[in-house]
Amino acid sequence: MRVLSIDISKCTGCRACEYACSFVHTGAFNRWDSRITISHFLEDFIFIPSVCTQCEEAYCVKVCPTQALSRNRETGVVEFDPNKCIVCKQCVIACPWGSIKLNHTGREIIKCDLCGGDPECVKVCQAKALEYVEIEDMVLDKRFRSATRLKSSAMEVK
Amino acid sequence: MLKGGYTGKILRVNLSSNKIDIEDTNEEWAENFIGGRGYGTRLLIDEIDPKIDPLSEENKLIIATGPIGSTFAPSSGRVMVITKGALNGAIACSNAGGHFAAELKRAGFDLIIIEGKAEKPVYLWIYKGRAELRDASKLMGKSTRETDKLLRKLTHPEVSTMEIGPAAEKLSLIANITVEGYRAAGRTGVGAVMGSKNLKAIAVYGDGTIRVAEPDAFKKAVYESRSILSKDPFSGGGGAKYGTSSLVGLINKVGGFPTLNAHDAYFEKAKNITGKVLTEKYLIKAEACDSCQISCGRVTEIKEGKYKGMKGAGPEFETIWAFGANCGIDDMESIIVANYICNEYGLDTISAGATIACAMDLFEAGYIPEQDIGFPLRFGDSEAMVRAVQMMAEQSTDFGKLLAKGSYRLAEHYGHPEFSMTVKKQEFPAYDPRAIKGIGLEYATSNRGACHVRGYTVGPEVMGGLDKNTYEGKAKLTIKLQDFTAALDSTGICLFTTYGLKAEHIAKLFSKATGFECDAREFVKKGERIWNLERIFNIKAGFTKEDDRLPERMEKEPIKSGASKGEITDLSKMLPEYYKLRGWDEYGIPTGEKLKELGLEGML
Repeated sequence: MRVLSIDISKCTGCRACEYACSFVHTGAFNRWDSRITISHFLEDFIFIPSVCTQCEEAYCVKVCPTQALSRNRETGVVEFDPNKCIVCKQCVIACPWGSIKLNHTGREIIKCDLCGGDPECVKVCQAKALEYVEIEDMVLDKRFRSATRLKSSAMEVK
Repeated sequence: MLKGGYTGKILRVNLSSNKIDIEDTNEEWAENFIGGRGYGTRLLIDEIDPKIDPLSEENKLIIATGPIGSTFAPSSGRVMVITKGALNGAIACSNAGGHFAAELKRAGFDLIIIEGKAEKPVYLWIYKGRAELRDASKLMGKSTRETDKLLRKLTHPEVSTMEIGPAAEKLSLIANITVEGYRAAGRTGVGAVMGSKNLKAIAVYGDGTIRVAEPDAFKKAVYESRSILSKDPFSGGGGAKYGTSSLVGLINKVGGFPTLNAHDAYFEKAKNITGKVLTEKYLIKAEACDSCQISCGRVTEIKEGKYKGMKGAGPEFETIWAFGANCGIDDMESIIVANYICNEYGLDTISAGATIACAMDLFEAGYIPEQDIGFPLRFGDSEAMVRAVQMMAEQSTDFGKLLAKGSYRLAEHYGHPEFSMTVKKQEFPAYDPRAIKGIGLEYATSNRGACHVRGYTVGPEVMGGLDKNTYEGKAKLTIKLQDFTAALDSTGICLFTTYGLKAEHIAKLFSKATGFECDAREFVKKGERIWNLERIFNIKAGFTKEDDRLPERMEKEPIKSGASKGEITDLSKMLPEYYKLRGWDEYGIPTGEKLKELGLEGML
């Protein structure tokens, strides 16, 4: 299964992913129509991307009264069908990450659909803060990076 | 009807009457002058008398975006400040990165016109298509970073801001305007104009939609451009890794790195102040402007020593040069600290560093008495350099006040204006006109005073295989780059994209965003129109051929060491040809025929 991997330390805050996401879904550019959002903490020069991580225990799916949100077992994606949606916004309340959002009109629910398996945000992320990778590779990469840090402190102790 | 790219609205703010109006973007001007720098100049020349005092109430400050911004076009987030410059009274256009332009467009405006003068300090708060002026007394005296931070608390956590620091509040003629406290519209003293209007800051937030004329074709053009940029060594990786300071080694190696207030053009200790040193010892991370994949922005921290814990943005290549080689200093930490002081107080680092170098030169020549400064200010003394920068920033002493006026006034005050390395009173940057002939012509003819980013001839002359030591073909090259850059700037796309992109790529992005179809040649023609209009402004302001000249040191004092040892320059071998190719008369005035060709009849 492939997932959208986010590396906060690499994000340069350029917001190109937001533009790409908005454009591919609406044909125009609006941050509020982007499924991915970069929060800027300029004081510390930290930029944090937030986007749906397709929870296995998806609260949004659980609270949705019309099955507009459902899990695709095959792809692992939490899919959204706007035709079934009554915009009750329970999913927005339930999502702990703020990753299910209302678009710029405030009247439509939007969430990441991984662009059907070819996420546009990844294509414009030159810094590689966003990558679309196999979940095993993402975990392996994270583990090795933290292990590398431990390795250097272990060598210092020795 | 504007088809795309533009928001179609302009915000006019009169600080004297507290009146705020919303107007329509002029479609004809948009097509002919693109946006940003071009549109702003067209507007300014229509609304002010170029002869006015730049710090008077009559001057206007135009904050402009480009039609390609607030999209995923590469590096498209430049915001431009157009006004009559405080440093020299010429047409000023300084641009900055960050996210202000994108946010202003989301808030619904292509451009802001600031006019008049507020009775008391105010800031402008623009929120979703509306605007109001608010009391800024709590922001006064605050640094640029603090102002940005406070504005986020006072308005909205996701605003973009534009502000001046204490230097501009005190009307330093080399004061800048910063974006979000760390990106600067640095040159020509635009900060002083904002300060003179009692406008401390602008905060903007918007949630609007930006549309383009031909979405599919635009997307194709964007991805094509992004792919080209990914393949270039600078825009595809070097910029993010080393920032602009990767140039230190190269420019010094070719002997074009002005040293000791340009007594020389080779700095033997340059290896201590390279991009590599900056990256390895001080860089925390790379940071990018809106929609930019180059990420040349530096976030740095001093990790040990007496300045331990200081953190901020930069320094850029030019800054490293100005406080480094030009002051004879190879202590990177002092350079970084001087850079931080300039950022916090809001000073242009090029002019600030070059002014300190000029002061060192005057002091060593015996023209500035030590009691005026309070301490000896010698080349190579990094502690004295930092002290002098602090003095300049605070304007706490008479000498500090003098430094804050830039090197021309300083040198003139002490009776030796020839010590000021300026053109039209603006300090030239890190490329020596004796070693790189074309850049001298660019400095001499740049409409805003000495400047490398109006026509960056260094690209072809140093990196592109042209002979940098000859005069032949330099007039043509300078014109070509000046015209292209005028058009490029006006779109809101960053000059650094030209490491990979050509006029045809930018023309395509512009055409598809706006529906104003044009090819590369027609696009550059718009740039020529803008360049000539800027020239017209300057002529009306009283500038003449006599102002198109280099400091005499460039024509009389040969470079002492390095690869360009012995070189001097002779502007007279390029300038007449430049005028002729421009379609200007021997006095540098555009001919009637040229004006007609450009659709500028009656403007002069």
